[in-house]
Amino acid sequence: MSVAERMAGKRICICTGSGGVGKTTTAAAVAMGLAAQGQRVAVVTIDPARRLANSLGLEQLGNEPRLIEPDHFAGQGVELQGELWAMMLDAKRTFDELIDLLAPDTATREEILSNRIYQELSSAVAGSQEFTAVAKLYELNASGRFDAIVLDTPPSRSALDFLDAPQRLTGFLEGRALKVLTAPTGAAATITARGSGLVFSALRRVTGVDLLADLSTFFRVLSNVVEGLAERASAVNRLLGDPATTFLIITSPEPTPIEEAIFFHRRLADAGMPFGGVVINRVRMLAHTRPKIDETALAADLGGDVDLAARSTQALGDMRALARRDIASLRRLTVELDEHPILVPQLDRDVSDVAGLVAVQRFLFARRHERSTLLAEHAF
Amino acid sequence: MDDLFAHSLLVVTGKGGVGKSTVAAALGLAASRRGLRTIVVEVSAREDISRALAANTTGVYTELAVSNGLHHISIDPQRAMEEYLRERLPMGVLAALLSRSRLFTALTAATPGMRELLTIGKVWELAQSERRTPGAKPYDLVVLDAPATGQGLAMLQAPRTFASVARVGPVANQGRAVASFLADPLRTAVLAVSTAEEMPVSETLQLRSQLREELGRDLVLVVVNAVVPHRFTDGHRRALRAAPPSPAQHAALFLANWARYQRAQIARLQRGLQGVALVKLPFMFQSALDPAALELLSRELEP
Repeated sequence: MSVAERMAGKRICICTGSGGVGKTTTAAAVAMGLAAQGQRVAVVTIDPARRLANSLGLEQLGNEPRLIEPDHFAGQGVELQGELWAMMLDAKRTFDELIDLLAPDTATREEILSNRIYQELSSAVAGSQEFTAVAKLYELNASGRFDAIVLDTPPSRSALDFLDAPQRLTGFLEGRALKVLTAPTGAAATITARGSGLVFSALRRVTGVDLLADLSTFFRVLSNVVEGLAERASAVNRLLGDPATTFLIITSPEPTPIEEAIFFHRRLADAGMPFGGVVINRVRMLAHTRPKIDETALAADLGGDVDLAARSTQALGDMRALARRDIASLRRLTVELDEHPILVPQLDRDVSDVAGLVAVQRFLFARRHERSTLLAEHAF
Repeated sequence: MDDLFAHSLLVVTGKGGVGKSTVAAALGLAASRRGLRTIVVEVSAREDISRALAANTTGVYTELAVSNGLHHISIDPQRAMEEYLRERLPMGVLAALLSRSRLFTALTAATPGMRELLTIGKVWELAQSERRTPGAKPYDLVVLDAPATGQGLAMLQAPRTFASVARVGPVANQGRAVASFLADPLRTAVLAVSTAEEMPVSETLQLRSQLREELGRDLVLVVVNAVVPHRFTDGHRRALRAAPPSPAQHAALFLANWARYQRAQIARLQRGLQGVALVKLPFMFQSALDPAALELLSRELEP
């Protein structure tokens, strides 16, 4: 099945996978393909290659989607019947905007935004980029401006960080740390306060940093928005599990990303999240028929260059060895996921420009018979 | 890179997916072959290196002997904190209580740079000639498979940040010791792994300028991984393009174009690096990362 068939009836497509497998390019190509079919599509990228950003006209972008001019694709054989909007996520700004939205008044807002702990939490703490990505997704979805939203995910150490992000934030907000510090009255509070006093003094003794002031301010002011944040986190979590949402797992044929894809697929199932398919980028295809190379004839074709014929024969051997390795990866993935991956062959050029995006999009959206012809053209 | 192995610590950085762990393992292998007692350190529990080194992993956060003179450890910040508290706090009971306290855990997690500090602190401890860990033998060389670029840099900065924020206390003292260790070009070397592709090259160049600006350090070496061999000249490419399509012609043209794209990226990298040594590791057509391939790569990395 092509991406088009897998996306039928879906509004949200989340592209996930380990770092360096072409997630951003795939997300952009999926969005382009959907826009070509007539949908109004937004693609949220996290950290696009500069050339990809340039080719989409993204470099001057803020934290809001911008319409890509259709003539960007002129002469590339793609006509956008719909609209393609693209944005680059700014995690810190998205978090700040969320606080802006949830804070009851300007004073609270300013106090939170200037707090040292908040600044750390919103920009550096693992999971904040993941959380803000889904928070942005939620906001775009709620706006009703788009038929489909395609989300690229942060270059996490593990794709799992992404799935856990909303719960982790909720866990932190609903955890003991916050409860202890935001419940200033009652007998129980006095006891825990004494306990936390001990913890604070030990923390000061160990770290030499007196965080008490920063922390208590943080927790006090944050208590104003904690309900809103927790609500948002669980709404976001519901959105991830919504039947109109689908997760596309992106991988390359290398062993580590393949293992991570298998692991992530299992975790999606465990978490009850909707799995939409798997894309393997940069596959080296093996031709069905592989006639023996006649080096003499090849040399004749190459203007009598015997040396070049030998080099070319060696090249074919190398590419076929690679293709065999990729077949092993592909088989493993197909068996483990009980699912036929969508293959995008490795192209001998950079794919982070418009022509590259169009090429990737063709493989993702091709119908079955068309796809086998396309893939055969790239086989060795 | 003559004296690469004369350092106490090699910090291997780079973007995710470029083969950082492979290079760290290959460096460890090369150093141990030289007779150096070496340990390869990874951060957080991932088993890539130990798998590549064909070791039996029985647990994390243990210094495991992988082969003759080569060891491996996976550092988990939580465990690093527990160990630190046990060793550094005079009050044993309180330390035990604290390390189990969720509040304390939450607060240390919220303390800017604390996790990074504890992790790099453990790396520093491994690199000391007098080990703090009871009964532990010193290493000649520690190879750190650092987290992906941004986080890796944060880890190198953490001790200095801490030493300046906290003027007194055990963490401040250790922060100062670790910071001066990391700042010493004779003891610590930072190297970057890249591939000859746009994003990794850009990130490597960005890492270098951040290292220089924020830490006053420079890269000692850039390892370009998975470089396709240069077997076809421009003349070859023209001849191949003119030839009728055939499987060998297709494969040759593909490899020629791929290598050409890579050469352009390596040239861009070299222009930006101005004088930093660069080593290329060959693309492995035949085998995935097995011990034999690792052995081959480690030979390429021998100073």
